[in-house]
Amino acid sequence: MLKKLNLNSGMIPVISVVFGLILGAIIMLVFGYNPLNGYRSLFTSALGTPRSIGETLRQATPLIFTALGFSVANSAGFFNIGLSGQALCGWVASTWFALSNPDMPRFIMLPLAVLIGALAGAMAAAIPGVLRAFFGTSEVIVTIMLNYVFLYVGNHLLHNVFSREIMTSMDSTKKIGANATLRADWLTDLAGGSRLNLGIFFALIGLVIVWFLMKKTTLGFEIRGVGINPYASEYAGISSKRTIILSMIISGALAGLGGVIEGLGTFENFFAQGASLSIGYDGMAVSLLGSGSAIGILLAALLFSVLKIGSAGMNIAGIPPEIVNVVIASIIFFVGVKYLIQLILSKRPARKVKDNPKDKVVISEGGEL
Amino acid sequence: MSIIAVLTIIISSTLVYSAPLIFTSLGGTFSERAGIVNVGLEGIMVMGAFGAIVFNLTFAPALGSMTPWIASLVGGLVGIVFSAIHALATVTLRADHIISGTVINLLAPALAVFLVKVLYGKGQTDNIREQFGYYKVPGLNKIPVLGDILFTKASIPAFLAIVITFVSWYVLFKTRFGLRLRSVGENPQAADTLGINVYVLRYAGVLFSGLLGGIGGAVFAQSISVNFSASTIVGQGFIAMAAMIFGKWNPIGAMGASLFFGLAQSLAVIGAQLPGIENIPSIYLQVSPYVLTVVVLVCFLGKASAPKADGVNYIKSK
Repeated sequence: MLKKLNLNSGMIPVISVVFGLILGAIIMLVFGYNPLNGYRSLFTSALGTPRSIGETLRQATPLIFTALGFSVANSAGFFNIGLSGQALCGWVASTWFALSNPDMPRFIMLPLAVLIGALAGAMAAAIPGVLRAFFGTSEVIVTIMLNYVFLYVGNHLLHNVFSREIMTSMDSTKKIGANATLRADWLTDLAGGSRLNLGIFFALIGLVIVWFLMKKTTLGFEIRGVGINPYASEYAGISSKRTIILSMIISGALAGLGGVIEGLGTFENFFAQGASLSIGYDGMAVSLLGSGSAIGILLAALLFSVLKIGSAGMNIAGIPPEIVNVVIASIIFFVGVKYLIQLILSKRPARKVKDNPKDKVVISEGGEL
Repeated sequence: MSIIAVLTIIISSTLVYSAPLIFTSLGGTFSERAGIVNVGLEGIMVMGAFGAIVFNLTFAPALGSMTPWIASLVGGLVGIVFSAIHALATVTLRADHIISGTVINLLAPALAVFLVKVLYGKGQTDNIREQFGYYKVPGLNKIPVLGDILFTKASIPAFLAIVITFVSWYVLFKTRFGLRLRSVGENPQAADTLGINVYVLRYAGVLFSGLLGGIGGAVFAQSISVNFSASTIVGQGFIAMAAMIFGKWNPIGAMGASLFFGLAQSLAVIGAQLPGIENIPSIYLQVSPYVLTVVVLVCFLGKASAPKADGVNYIKSK
């Protein structure tokens, strides 16, 4: 029974993607669009030229980081919806540092800027971690609220605190110097002039490091242990407080790196934000689809990037590109209702395994809501 | 500026900004009292706003000044339909409540803007002509001082929201339905043993949140933004959720918190006109609702406040 379930759960993401695409097709049909044209145009726009492939990989880079961030916290039973805010902190901090030190040599600047961005994200995430560990405050609410706080504070820093010398207009900073950029000429040339940058290698290294951390180190074991059963872990001598805070710090640092990629790689500046960064929620979606595993996150990030970059192709086919976000949301919906898919896959409902709802709270709920 | 004039500005704009929050936080209260965590309130508000604006633009010539009221009901209906997705996922299909709610939040703006583009060929609707304005309440506005402050530039949706708050309180705490609804949020196993249909009641809770959240979105769109675009609802649903928690899952508490958050939001908008407040940098007013929510959660909220089985899927044993 268990074995069968495991096999099935590997199928769930694939089936969810298929269902999501089909649902998108149905919606397109209902409103009189041709879904085949739409999807064809989507895939050509995302993968048709070296430049579009470069852009797709570029889009995947921050998503890998935010997804890794979500998965680390989630392993500790912590639902980090604050990825957007943490990424924003990383973006603002690294860009600000880079702009303020235009003359620093590159081999000092780049590691420092990246580190500062990661630290900013980590500090932003430590707040809900500490509150949860010591006061039992729901991290879901705290992280959602902090997303807005960081959004407004980021814009406030840009408008009122940044020195006029590093701004080009009220709403945007200058471009960072050559000493801090993550772009490289050979990569840009290879990818047909896209914004693909060195971040993609950082992301791949990040995947390996997080996999190693979670699967091969004591800390990873403790994080997973606390996620599965905090009481048993405590009994076994693992401090669940310390583990929760550490997992949040790692999660925030990873999300912060996602923001660093945007700041030093994709845009090379910081500009006023109208809403929470989409890489936050998308990263969460990527992690859910990839079931939190390294290879799953890589594949899911690539898929979502294809969809995101390809949405311009929907526009070319005359279909409102928002349909792509509908597809993404439906994919996550189907991942979320995996019980339905399990029901379809196995004639016997997977009921016995999850009979005790109390376990469920501990595993998947972050805290008291 | 006289004190009365200042108070009039503050109170009338507080009420305008509070009304959508009150409706939506009441919705959240119903859902969570039934044991279903609803982070999807934001998305429900988006769909309510969308439905109301489309209805308003289409039927305003025929319905005249009644339009915003009927459109709000339409927004509520759209909210019900949309919240049914959340109910289906969490109650019947055992999805994680936060994941399902997040799906709702991802889906709503995408779907709504998609439909706006299908209907109007652009990403943002025109401004509506019939909107909730300020009303002079005849009779009551003659009361000295109080009449000036409360009833000369009154927001009727806000007064209605306050009335509905007390109705909701009565329904939740004084009727059989309310008792049963709360029982499935506290201890669904026990409720089930007593013959209460847990699934039906949980559906009811979520659909109520759809109705009230949809109305909340509709009221916001028709009194504050007066059109619909992707940026119409940005965070009000989350603030309403915070208000519900701040209010300890009690309708009257949720209303109080909504009024408070409405005040904070409106100060960020009207602060520049007010003596004493115009010197506070707007950033403090902008972040105050969010920071206060966190502070309140940490300082004043015991762990035991949420319904016991909030966020826990009920799986009936054989």
